[in-house]
Amino acid sequence: MRTELSIKKLRSDFVKKVEELSGQSLLSCNQCGKCSAGCPMCFAMDLLPNQVIRLAQLGLEEDIAKANTVWVCASCLTCSVRCPRGVDLGRVMEAIRLVTMRKNVDYLDAVKISTATLSSLPQIALVSGFRKHTA
Amino acid sequence: MELHYYPGCTLKTRAKGLEDSAVAAMAALDIQLKEIERWNCCGTVYSLAEDDLAHHLAPVRNLIRAKEQGADRLGTLCSFCYHTLKRANILVRNDSAKRKTLNDFMEEEADYNGEVEVVHLLNVLKDEVGWEAVTQKVRVPLHGLKVAPYYGCTLLRPQEVAIDQVERPTILKELVEAIGGEAVDFPFATECCGSYQVVSNPNFAAQRAWEIISSAMRKGADALVLSCPLCHFNLSERQSELVQRYSDFTGMPIFYFTQLMALAFQLDSAVCHFGLERADPLPLLKSRNLVS
Amino acid sequence: MVIKKALVIGGGVAGIQAALDIADAGYEVFLVEKDSSIGGHMIQYSEVFPTLDCPQCIMTPKMVQVGQHPNIRLLAYSEVESVSGEAGNFTVQVRRKASYVNWKKCTGCGLCQTKCPVTAPAEFERWLPFGPRKAIYVPFGQAVPNKPVIDRETCRFFTQGKCKICQRLCPTGAVDYEQKETVTEINVGAIIVATGFELYAKRDIPEFAVDADIVDGIEFERILCPGGPTAGSVMRPSDRKTPREVAFISCVGSRDPEHGFPYCSRVCCMYLAKLAMLYKHAVPDGQAYIFYMDIRSTGKGYEEFVQRAVEEDEVIYLRGRASRVFRDGEKLKVWGADTLTGKRVEVSCDMVVLGMAMIPNPKGVELARKLGLATDDYGFITEAHAKLRPLETSVPGIYVAGTAQGPKDIPDSVAQASGAASKVLALLASGEAVLEKAR
Repeated sequence: MRTELSIKKLRSDFVKKVEELSGQSLLSCNQCGKCSAGCPMCFAMDLLPNQVIRLAQLGLEEDIAKANTVWVCASCLTCSVRCPRGVDLGRVMEAIRLVTMRKNVDYLDAVKISTATLSSLPQIALVSGFRKHTA
Repeated sequence: MELHYYPGCTLKTRAKGLEDSAVAAMAALDIQLKEIERWNCCGTVYSLAEDDLAHHLAPVRNLIRAKEQGADRLGTLCSFCYHTLKRANILVRNDSAKRKTLNDFMEEEADYNGEVEVVHLLNVLKDEVGWEAVTQKVRVPLHGLKVAPYYGCTLLRPQEVAIDQVERPTILKELVEAIGGEAVDFPFATECCGSYQVVSNPNFAAQRAWEIISSAMRKGADALVLSCPLCHFNLSERQSELVQRYSDFTGMPIFYFTQLMALAFQLDSAVCHFGLERADPLPLLKSRNLVS
Repeated sequence: MVIKKALVIGGGVAGIQAALDIADAGYEVFLVEKDSSIGGHMIQYSEVFPTLDCPQCIMTPKMVQVGQHPNIRLLAYSEVESVSGEAGNFTVQVRRKASYVNWKKCTGCGLCQTKCPVTAPAEFERWLPFGPRKAIYVPFGQAVPNKPVIDRETCRFFTQGKCKICQRLCPTGAVDYEQKETVTEINVGAIIVATGFELYAKRDIPEFAVDADIVDGIEFERILCPGGPTAGSVMRPSDRKTPREVAFISCVGSRDPEHGFPYCSRVCCMYLAKLAMLYKHAVPDGQAYIFYMDIRSTGKGYEEFVQRAVEEDEVIYLRGRASRVFRDGEKLKVWGADTLTGKRVEVSCDMVVLGMAMIPNPKGVELARKLGLATDDYGFITEAHAKLRPLETSVPGIYVAGTAQGPKDIPDSVAQASGAASKVLALLASGEAVLEKAR
């Protein structure tokens, strides 16, 4: 099965939105892989961070949506500080999360969290978890 | 000397040990931490979206409070609060368009233009108090205690907030040594604890805790020292379970840096609130005769 | 009026070639070299790509030619202090540094070095803990001139007023602690700047630890070199054990506009492949890993050479820049990624070799400033026209050759040297200097 690439995908609303929300130029990334090499949450990701930004460059929104990568990202910003091209990948991840969440599709469902967990988590965890994974 | 101070929510509950030991330790160094009035939650995380100004209101409002109450500096302890307040402050200082929008929106508040400086207490200790002055207050040097400094993310990244060198920080090591302890460098000192993933994907956060603590164990550390209530929670909460799961994992207690200072200064250990969080360091301290 | 003499500044492979070409054409040429011997960096390497020639073997005949050529005045252990004048008529002040040995009396017998009680890390060995030198020393066995210098910082006489064994041993009375540095004035019609390169400092890459077993390319060359401080035995600096797994990292400081330099250093892909191959030749059951972004192998035989590294020497190429290198007990851990399989990888190895960015020799940058030469943001000498006048600088009568102009390999350095020499010969032969403004 071939993945079709086209101007329509390359210049899609998705690509424009990700760049607008993140303030980053996706094509600055030359896929060196340093972000993935240093990512602490990689072990749990379906796709590597560099693969996600590659898919974003090519406008392949559905492939990104199938992977858990942006939701497992911990916003640690290791990628951002080490990127040789100065791409703030942390912002790109946030932008991709927001594109989904602003369609009213949250990653975290508050209802599903048990009372026991809610009472054991400190505020700092709850607030940050909800901030990042719900809109 | 008085230092206006922003505690943040968690320091009033789970992380009371961080707050009370800080207040006591700083007082011993003649710095009165004056909590600002009418502060609100900083929002924990700094919004990374270009168009999201709403989430900057919370941290900026705190800065307005500080300014109104005559502070030219606002001291912080919680790494998350430090990060969010600091970055919001930098945004307001550098982006005049966004600053105007925020000020116009908060029409009932005084205008804020970045007048307050956000500082972390570790920088205050190093740059203003000085390690020698800290050492002079030590009554019980933490001899024989091997402590691994752990920074996590928010104190060092991005560069604009970094309290020390981003990749090779030494400030916690300097503090530990100033109070007579032995600092143990380990490779995971600046690696993320999993942060807010503890809510959505708790097992991933547990994996991070295992990796980080195992690394400190391999280097011979007795305990970890840090500044962030979320790091503390992530690294301590699942330790007993990890001990069950991995035969070579023994875990280790976790200190806030101000708790170590309070101990070394021989202040009443009640300010440390040991036992409020897991990975209680009391048994270790008792075994080393560092607490009565 | 054109003075029919030339000056070449820098005695590496480019400077040597340029001096020989000018001298062979019948003109007198001064070759000024800041170190006590010519040879530059090339003489430090173990084997050169893609032929795997021994650089000492192919260079020393040229070096000896320089030393003996009737038309070449070799001013080693000297630096250019100042230049005035214009094309066709430059006046150059050359500072002859004090070696504390009268090179006219010295026969190069080497007795002075045999009993010197001091040892210090050798600059030629990149300060590795192998192959220390004495306080009175010749940098390497094939040095031209083969005359020693005394290092004041470590010599017992200069630091403590004691010893003087070298003076007692010297059969010709050449050791002279009173020697002063002098300034010689020379007049030339044309100048070639061939001051070469240095490697960007490893410690300036903070995510890679500072560790004895994390070395740069030239340090590894010395360890591999059969005539080097370990006699070609591959051993790691910390404990002298033979490394069973070695990781090589490309683009360290290069192609990194955010933390280093945006440019590509051009030769690292090739020399890292070479170092990996030489490592395998010396340690046949070892394993080499190369972390890379791209493979830039554009010269003649280069692509085939890299393929050989992969197929014959089983070098594993991992496509991704390394994020961290740190020590974990006996091992060094490299955190990288293989973007081709989509995996984050960790390699636990015994030694790491960093492909550091090539930067212009800092002394060369300083010299360019003295000469009023235009340089780019990184200190490389700017050409009069990037495409069509690559060997002329912004100052008429001053030409450039070799890595002082930008990163390049040995064949290109040698070709540029001959090209610059031809420019000089045109100027000297025509007897006319055209003082046009460089575009």
